This record gives sequence, C-alpha cells and structure tokens, in this order.
Amino acid sequence: MPGATDAKPTKPLKNPCNLCQSVRAILKRPKTGQQLCKECFFHVFETEIHNTIVDNKLFNKGDRVAIGASGGKDSTVLAYVMKLLNDRYSYGLDLVLLSIDEGITGYRDDSLETVKRNRDQYQIPLLIVSYKDLYGWSMDDIVKEIGRKNNCTFCGVFRRQALDRGAIMLNVDHIVTGHNADDIAETVLMNILRGDLPRLQRCTSIITNDTSEDSSGIETSKILRSKPFKYTYEKEIVMYAYFKKLDYFSTECIYSPNAYRGHARVFLKDLEAVRRTAIVDIIHSGEALSASVQANESTKLPTMANCTRCGYISSNELCKACLLLEGLNKGLPQLGIGHTTKIRRMAEAANLASGLSSPASLSSSAASGAAEENIKVVTHIKDLGQLETMPSLDSV
Amino acid sequence: MSQSDATLRIELQFSGGMELLFDNQKTIHAKVPAFFPLDASTEERHAATIRDLISWTASNLLKERPELFIGTDGSVRSGILVLVNDADWELEGELDYELEDRDEIVFISTLHGG
Repeated sequence: MPGATDAKPTKPLKNPCNLCQSVRAILKRPKTGQQLCKECFFHVFETEIHNTIVDNKLFNKGDRVAIGASGGKDSTVLAYVMKLLNDRYSYGLDLVLLSIDEGITGYRDDSLETVKRNRDQYQIPLLIVSYKDLYGWSMDDIVKEIGRKNNCTFCGVFRRQALDRGAIMLNVDHIVTGHNADDIAETVLMNILRGDLPRLQRCTSIITNDTSEDSSGIETSKILRSKPFKYTYEKEIVMYAYFKKLDYFSTECIYSPNAYRGHARVFLKDLEAVRRTAIVDIIHSGEALSASVQANESTKLPTMANCTRCGYISSNELCKACLLLEGLNKGLPQLGIGHTTKIRRMAEAANLASGLSSPASLSSSAASGAAEENIKVVTHIKDLGQLETMPSLDSV
Repeated sequence: MSQSDATLRIELQFSGGMELLFDNQKTIHAKVPAFFPLDASTEERHAATIRDLISWTASNLLKERPELFIGTDGSVRSGILVLVNDADWELEGELDYELEDRDEIVFISTLHGG
C-alpha cells in the first residue's frame, strides 16, 4: 500500500455529479447516461429498487421471504439490498437465505462458502438444500452419466423445484431471485430463438405464482416468486458491489461453457455496445409479445395439475423433474429431453424387460444405489409442509 | 531518461474472475511504456492510452486465452468493466484516456452467474 508521501496529487474537480454537483462522478449510468458520484449512485440504485418493489406490490407486511442465494454477484447484492430496504422502509419482512447445492465440485462448494459469509455479514439465517438429498443425484453424478450436453436442462428443472421445496421447508410466502435486466433480455431472446411461446409469455413477468389444487383439494404451492432486479442493469449491480465492497463469488459454472444462454449473452453484449438501450428495449418487446401470446388463442398454454409421484405442479402425469429422474435411474438420459414419444416407447420396452431381470441399462452401481435411495428420497410435496420441526438452519 | 525508456507505474487490478487469466493475481504493479508504438520513431509516437495498455497487457501479462480479455477493435471483451482511478472509464474517454503515472486501472468481468 502506498504511504502518505506516495499519494497522487489531488486534481481539480472534473466530471461533477449530475445530481449533487459537489463530488466527482464515478459512474455513467447505462440506463440514463447520467454521471453520478458514489453516494448519489447508491441512493438512486436503492431507491429505484424500492420503487419497483412498491409499484408492483411485491410484498405484504409480515411476509416471510426467502432470498435465493448462490453466492454470486446478483444474489449477494440482492441479500444486501433487501435487508437494507426492509430496515429503511419498514417493509416488515422476515428474511431468510435459501441456497441450492447442486453438487458441483470446484464451483458450488466454493460459492456456498460465500453464502455462509453473507449469512454472517448480513445476519440473515440460511438454509442449504442439496440435489443429492432431494433427488439422489448431484450434478457431478448427472454429468458423469449423461455428459455435457443437456446437463443445464437437468440443473434448471431440479433447481426450480429445489427452491420451492426449500421454501416449503422454511414456510415462506415468497421467493426472490436476483435475475437482472440483462438476464431477462437474454431470456426473451432465447425464447424467441427457440420458439418457446409459453416461456416467452411468462418470462417478463416480475412476479410469478405457481398455484394449483389437485383433485383432493391439496394446494401444492402458494409461493410467489419475484425479481426485484427486473429493471436493474447488471453493470450497476457489479459497480454497486464494487463500491460497497460486497463479497461475492465469480466463476462460470464448470459445466456451462456450451450452454445456449452463453450465445444469447454474447450477442446481447455486442448489441448493447452498438445501441445503449438494447436491454430495456428487448424487455419492452418481450412484455408486448407476452400480451400478444396470451391473446392468441391458437397458442395452447397447458393446464396445470399435479405430478402423480411427488405432487409438484405439472401439466403432465409426471412432473419434469420426476421424468428426468426416471430417465437417469433407468439409464435413459434422453427421457424428458428431445423427442419424447420415441424415448417413451424405449422406456416402456425397458419396463417390460426389467420385469424379467435386473435392468441391464443401469450403468453403474452408484446409479442403482441411487435408484433405491431415490424411491425414499422423493418426498411428496404435501408432506414437506407438515414437517413438525424446522430443519435446523445452518449456523456453523 | 530518454523518451524511449520512459515508463509509467500503473497498478492493474483484476476481479470478477479476470484474475484467472493472470495466474490468479488480483493486483499487478506494472511498468508500462509511456509512449506507443514501441518500435516507432519519436515523432510518430503518442502518449500511452488505455487502448495501448490493453494490447500491452495482453502481450506481456496475460497467461492464457487472450480472446477472453480482448474483444473487437482492440477494446476489452464485451462484459468487462473498466475503472480508472475508481471511476467508470466511460467518464474518462474510454480507450482514448491517456495514462498517467500511478494510475489504478481495474478490470472487472461480469460474465458469470449471479
């Protein structure tokens, strides 16, 4: 560290802050082009998120809210800002951190250490839920089984359910995630490029709500999900974390380099370089498209029911996660991915064969062990809500 | 000291995963030539800019994968933020900013999960 005698000579004030005019600006806002000093930037950043929360009526006083925390830049800043705003504006929320351990060595185990530090720094209780416990398979196991294509599909499906199950264990009303404006713009692009109309219709909603009742009248999930950072630019999240010296984990998932989203991200960044408003424009288009997909009657959106195995909300007899697990456990990793009718026929044939002898398609003893464990492990969702004692929150 | 030997003391900082390209070093105290291009005569040189710093860093300090650092037109790859003395480089002229002795330049990557 340079001592006092090495300090740079101070310069006359240049680039004064547009708002307070009294201090040097340190950021040019991508959204507005304004030049802001550190304190004014903090104030604007925090207040805009507060306004997003209030204008969209995201919370009610007394709500128990789980913050989806991965240890990455978005969720770390989200945890910090949620706590700050909850205190500053008296939202009256009961905040908890919820982390999902997908079982990715060298990635998730490191980032979970960051979440634990966040728990201590921000004084928010933490629950960690793992794929291994819920499904009998970690992502490391899955990638060993199926290779590096389609592994993101598994992870995404499992994580979504894992968050809901964790939320039920924690008895929360609401999950917030750190999806930012850049993420949502990427998702809009991806869904257009893939012709995924149902997702396109949902992906710009700031608040989503999975509710349904099965024929016995059991509600599977009243847990709302929202994205307070929907209009927050990734650059500002990173700069906020930098200037506030917030501690976050920052490595790409080791299994993701070929993910489709990566292409959309690069494309979006290059678009942004040419046209500054690309991100907010794409979100705007996405919102308009959503309304038009809804209005278009020829687009059949699936009706929601419940998975017959685990009770999770699903438009088919088996929810996606159970379908994927079925594939993993029967050594048919394509089940649930790609052309399902062909694979279902294969599965039916395998089922017939397995009645006569042990399934030849299971590729390792680990897989058969997991298959047995899996039967015990997949808990019906309604049972999670009846846990008498809260699973002990991580306090190490 | 002749012009051709002049160097600037520049503190480079890397975060958001960028440090992985530089042997996991989060901070490098570099001695960057004060004038570029290096092989040109005195009249043809200009004072070192960030544009020069980026190519010099890639040639002299980068341990691997230059395409993860350098983007199009000699700038940094899209998604990498640059700070000059704790301020957004967009306020300082971006690539054209002229380096001064003891400047601190920070490269932050945003290209990872959140």
